[in-house]
Amino acid sequence: MALLKYESQVRPPLVNGDKDYHQVTEDIVRPIESNPSKMWWAGFLIAVGLLCFGIYSVYRDVDYGIGQWNLNKTVGWGWDITNFVWWVGIGHAGTLISAILLLFRQGWRTGVNRAAEAMTIFAVMCAGQFPIWHMGRVWMAFFVMPYPNTRGPLWPNFNSPLLWDVFAISTYFTVSLLFWYAGLLPDLATVRDRAKLKWRKLFYGITSFGWTGSTKHWQRHEALSLVLAGLATPLVLSVHTIVSFDFATSVIPGWHTTIFPPYFVAGAIFSGFAMVQSLLIISRKVLKLEDYITMEHIEVMNKVIVLTGSIVGVAYLTELFIAWYGQNKFENWAFMQNRVNLFSPLGWSYYIMMGCNVLSPQIFWFKKMRRNLTVTFFMSVIVNIGMWFERFVIIVTSIYRDYLPSSWSTYYTPTIWEIGFYLGTFGLFFTCYFLFSKFFPVIAIAEIKHILKRSGENYKEKMGDAEKEPLEVFAHEMAH
Amino acid sequence: MSIKKFVVGGFTDEQVLFSAVKKVRSSGYKIHDVYTPMPIHGLDKAMGLRETSLHTAGFIYGITGTTTALSGIGWIFLSDWPLNFGGKPHFSLPAWIPITFELTVLFSAVGMVLTFCYLCQMAPFVKKHHFNLRSTDDLFVMVLECTEKNNESDMSAFLNSLGAIEVNVQEAETGWWLGRYDKDSKPFEKKKASLA
Repeated sequence: MALLKYESQVRPPLVNGDKDYHQVTEDIVRPIESNPSKMWWAGFLIAVGLLCFGIYSVYRDVDYGIGQWNLNKTVGWGWDITNFVWWVGIGHAGTLISAILLLFRQGWRTGVNRAAEAMTIFAVMCAGQFPIWHMGRVWMAFFVMPYPNTRGPLWPNFNSPLLWDVFAISTYFTVSLLFWYAGLLPDLATVRDRAKLKWRKLFYGITSFGWTGSTKHWQRHEALSLVLAGLATPLVLSVHTIVSFDFATSVIPGWHTTIFPPYFVAGAIFSGFAMVQSLLIISRKVLKLEDYITMEHIEVMNKVIVLTGSIVGVAYLTELFIAWYGQNKFENWAFMQNRVNLFSPLGWSYYIMMGCNVLSPQIFWFKKMRRNLTVTFFMSVIVNIGMWFERFVIIVTSIYRDYLPSSWSTYYTPTIWEIGFYLGTFGLFFTCYFLFSKFFPVIAIAEIKHILKRSGENYKEKMGDAEKEPLEVFAHEMAH
Repeated sequence: MSIKKFVVGGFTDEQVLFSAVKKVRSSGYKIHDVYTPMPIHGLDKAMGLRETSLHTAGFIYGITGTTTALSGIGWIFLSDWPLNFGGKPHFSLPAWIPITFELTVLFSAVGMVLTFCYLCQMAPFVKKHHFNLRSTDDLFVMVLECTEKNNESDMSAFLNSLGAIEVNVQEAETGWWLGRYDKDSKPFEKKKASLA
C-alpha cells in the first residue's frame, strides 16, 4: 500500500506552520467568507475604471474605424498585435504550471497552480480582443469560422497561419478553462458545505455541480486531470509556436526565421512566470496565504525565470548572429540598422528588450536575490516590460522601414485610443482577477491536503525519524 | 425508489480509514461509498472499484477530432472548393497539421469533461445527498448499507472499533443522486502484503 510516501528531509516543506486538514480549509476559504478589504475595493474600482476606458476606446474603434489608430502603410501591425502576443505569452505560465509540472510530479505546483491558471484564462481573454477588434468590421468576425454558408460556400484558408491561430487560441482557452474548472469543483463543494449565507449556498451549490467527494468520482477526477494535463502539455507548446508562425511563415526580414517557435515559447514561459510572481506576491500578502505560497515557491519560480530568460537571450544572439552570417542584405539591414543601431529611430527599443530580458534576470543566479520579495516583484515587472518590448521590436522594427525608402518617413507612435485599448485589457484582466480572488479559492484546497502529510512542515519534522530507520523497516510498516 | 438505511462512520486519518476499509470488506459488509476531502491514492483499489475507462473515452474523442479535421479540410480543399495558392498542391498535409492537432486536443478535452460529468452525474443545479458535510473538509466518511442480514447496532459498533470518531445511522432515498458505484465493485481479492 503506497499511501504515505514520505519525502526526503532535504526538500523544504511546501506548507509552513502547524496545519491540519481543517486548518487548510479555514485558511484558504477565509478571504471568500470575509468582507472584501478597502484595498480590494480600491483595486477593483481602478480595474473597472480602466475597463470602462477600454470599452470606450473599442466602441470608438467600431464607430470610427481603426483608422483612429496610427497604423500606417508599412506598419500594419503595431500596438494591437504586440499586445496580443504579449498577453498570449503571459497566458502560458498557468497551463505550464498545472499541466507540465503535474506530469513532472512537481509538488510545489499545488500552491500556485489555481491562481496561475486563472491568470492564464484572463490573459487569453485579453489577448483575444486584439485580433478581433483589429478586424475593423468586427460584426463579420464569424467569417473565420468554417461552416457551410451561403457565400459560395466560402471557406477560410486552412493553410494560413492566421487561421491556425484562431483554432490554437480558441482551443487553448477552452481546454485551460475546462482544466481549471474541473480542478475547482471539489474546492467549490468545500465552500458550499461550509456556507451559512443563503446566497453563498446557492451560488456554490450551482457552481460545484453537486460534488460529494465519492471515491469513484475522485478516481475519475484524477484520471481526467492526468489526461487533460497530457493534452495541455503539447497544447501549451503549440499555441505560442503557432503564434510565432504568424511571423515566421512570412517573408519579412526579421520575421522569416526558423528559430521563432522555441524562442517564442521560452519567452512566453518567461513572461508568464513573471506575471505569476507579480500577482502572487501581492495575493499571498493581502490574502494572508504566506504559509501556502512560501519563499520556496517564489524561489523556484525565480529559477524558471532565470532559465527561460537565458534561453531567450541565447535566441536573441543566435538570431543576430545568423542575420550577419546569413549574408542576406535585407535580413542584415533589419537587424543591424533597424534594431542594433541605437541611433536609428526605434533602436532604443532593442536595448530596452535586451536589458530587461537578458541582463536583469541574471541577478537571480544569487540565492539572496531569488528569496528577496522586493527584488522579485520589481524584476517581475521589469521582465514583463522587457517582453512587451520584445514583441514591439519583432513586429514594428521589422516593418517600419521596409524595402521602399520613400515610405520610411512616418515614425509610428500609438494614439490615445490604441493606448486606451491596451489599458482596457489591463482593466479586464484585473477586474477578473479581483473577482476570482474574492469568490473562488485561490489555492487548490484538495491538492494542498493531498500533499500536506508529505510536505507539510509539522509532518516533515516527524519524517526525520522515518528517515533514520532502514528503508525496509519503513516499507514494511507502511505495507501493514 | 426505496428508502434505505445507512451506517455512516467518520474517520480523521486516512491510514485508519484504509485498514478499516479492508476489515469492513473482509467482514462481508457492503460499503456504499467512501467520501473524502481529497483524492487518496489506492483507496479505489482497496474498495475493489474497477479502473475507470475515462482514458479510453478520451482517446476515442481525440481520434474523432483528428478524423474530423483531416476529412473536413481534405473535402473542402480537394473537392468542395479547391483553391489555387500559387500553384501549390491542393493536398498540402503539412499545412493542415496545426488545425488537426488543435481539433484533436479540443475534441478529446471537451468530450472527456462532458463524459466525466455524465458518469458522475454532475451538472449545475444538481444537489446530491450528503451524508456528512465535513466530508469535503477534514473527515473521511465511510458509508455502509444496511441489509436484511445485518443490523445497524452491530455495524455501528464495528465501525467504532475500527477507529471511527463519529458513527450514526441515516436514511436516504436510493436513486441516481446517491451514486451507483457499488455496482462497480468486484469481490475483495486477498493479496499478500509485499515489501516495497
